[in-house]
Amino acid sequence: MSVRRLSPNQPASFAFQPETLEKAKWWIAKFPQGRQQSAVIPILWLIQKQEGWVSEPAIRTVAEMLGMARIRVLEVATFYTMFMLEPVGSVALVQVCGTTPCQLRGSESLMAVCKRKIGAKDHLSADGKFYWQEVECLGACANAPMAAINDYYYEDLTPESFEALLDDFAAGKAPAPGSLAKRQGSAPEGGPLTLSDPALYDGTAAKPLKKIPNAAPKAKAKAEPTA
Amino acid sequence: MVGILEDKDRIFTNLYGLHDFGLEGAKRRGAWNGVREILSQTPEWICDQVKNSGLRGRGGAGFGTGLKWTFMPKQESERPHYLVVNADESEPGTCKDREILRNDPHLLIEGCLIASYAIRAHACYIYIRGEYVFERERLEAAIKQAYEAKLIGKDNIHGWDFDLYVTHGGGAYICGDETALMESLEGKKGQPRLKPPFPAGAGIYGCPTTINNVETIATVGSILRRGAEWFAGFGRPNNTGTKLMAISGHVNRPCVVEETMSIPLRQLLEEHCGGIRGGWGNLKAVIPGGSSVPMITAEMAETALMDFDSLREMRSGLGTAAVIVMDKDADIVKSIARLSYFYKHESCGQCTPCREGTGWMWRVMERMVTGEAEMAEIDMLLDVASQVEGHTICGLGDAAAWPIQGLFRHFRHEVEDRITQYRAGRPHVQGATLVAAE
Repeated sequence: MSVRRLSPNQPASFAFQPETLEKAKWWIAKFPQGRQQSAVIPILWLIQKQEGWVSEPAIRTVAEMLGMARIRVLEVATFYTMFMLEPVGSVALVQVCGTTPCQLRGSESLMAVCKRKIGAKDHLSADGKFYWQEVECLGACANAPMAAINDYYYEDLTPESFEALLDDFAAGKAPAPGSLAKRQGSAPEGGPLTLSDPALYDGTAAKPLKKIPNAAPKAKAKAEPTA
Repeated sequence: MVGILEDKDRIFTNLYGLHDFGLEGAKRRGAWNGVREILSQTPEWICDQVKNSGLRGRGGAGFGTGLKWTFMPKQESERPHYLVVNADESEPGTCKDREILRNDPHLLIEGCLIASYAIRAHACYIYIRGEYVFERERLEAAIKQAYEAKLIGKDNIHGWDFDLYVTHGGGAYICGDETALMESLEGKKGQPRLKPPFPAGAGIYGCPTTINNVETIATVGSILRRGAEWFAGFGRPNNTGTKLMAISGHVNRPCVVEETMSIPLRQLLEEHCGGIRGGWGNLKAVIPGGSSVPMITAEMAETALMDFDSLREMRSGLGTAAVIVMDKDADIVKSIARLSYFYKHESCGQCTPCREGTGWMWRVMERMVTGEAEMAEIDMLLDVASQVEGHTICGLGDAAAWPIQGLFRHFRHEVEDRITQYRAGRPHVQGATLVAAE
């Protein structure tokens, strides 16, 4: 378990921006009537997108909005580690994956870069622009080592390319996410070894099927479930 | 040709994102073809076909998919049925569902429709892990296209009213467990529920629910189009079909690739990944199925087949077919200690053995890494691991114990050696090469 507490410094209030509120309503509409609580994680996430982090007044607002007890929203905000409970860097939130597959490919050297350029982990940098943390497996192991910066994945990093990437962010650029080693997705380096048959892509697969294999003869007796 | 599977038999033809992920491109590659004919069959027929294909759940547990679907009530009551797709891919080493979500989402959407029909559900939720922001955007875009083309939705061209929603999590590994996922989907902390009741009886909102992995569902359309026999023709009996395999760690070219089940592990590594860094002789150990399964040694990897039975005989498991390779440069004790930290971090805190045990095991493992532990602590650690294993609501306790047990099963002598060296004043320097490189 990771122990997480709310920040001691909280703003006085929280207000939805109109577009955030609109998106929040779109999320609530996805769930059956009376089950609006299901939207709590997506809405807290929207708030984090708006504010950069999740504050105590925001938690109160969400509780009122969804008709939940305040403690239930607090529980969710502290349980799920994607919610940042204190302000993060104004330019970038850097999340370096440190779990074994990335560790085997050198994530420790990436974290050394972070330490040198940004400072201690889980702290704002001195200039307030960066914040970095070590996170658990982000699910891009074939492109290890990798880091998520402001939600998007930067893969196949080396200490050098990672450092250049952080410099780009600091300079106000928006580097394109993906493999920095120019790999095609998760294909092996040097290009895919499979999926080279042109017949897969020339439209032959789209020709309407005459019949489905093993189809039951005259299987029109479709079991009509009583709706 | 590399590997065993031929291109013509691949299901995920846009695995690397070289082609259009959208509806046009997906249709050209065969998605949505014949879905109307499939839905003109009975739900029972679909379940039977899936059973005959031998498809087993691709999320790790390997439960028969067709059989799982038959657990749903045969008649709808006032409680609606739900399909939930588990896209909370967080198992270290696993990165296969991500490729489906971002590059072939229409195969998943088509599968959702077919599976929902088979279990008589009119609504489906895809629960995607929160970190997959780009993948979620892709998936939402693809669903929008499917709605606009009236492939899904109310009064769609397939004649089965069906709504598909995407929701997301907040970065908790535990929500990959099906009951924790349901809690999370309901807007609570992701703490697993006791079973029974099983999801097919009372799942989300207390309604009958089936939960399947992304890859399982995305495969279904192709199986029904091409026939159960086609799918059953790959791999060994009881381990049939094709499977996405993700290889990470110390191979020359890590990748994700679709292969037949039961492909020899060595062939997979040599042909698709350009071999082990420094040659096959440099291989030390392999974790063949994602972090939760025990490792196997290089000698075992020589003969291992990538399927459920072969790996179980080696006291490991296929899991999600996420192969983590460690060569002789790897500090395997440290690698496993890092996994212990992962489980400590991800334990939901509900059951005492896991909440306390994972932290305890991690702390001891860290001392094993340097060698400062006592010799007697090895047995104590294994004893604690066995007390965590099997004494928790969900499988996270087991998953935390197995990597440690696997390490000591095969490499106990190395840890003992490390302790002896430490006592002799020649401590193993943790991460020596990395520190030197700094």
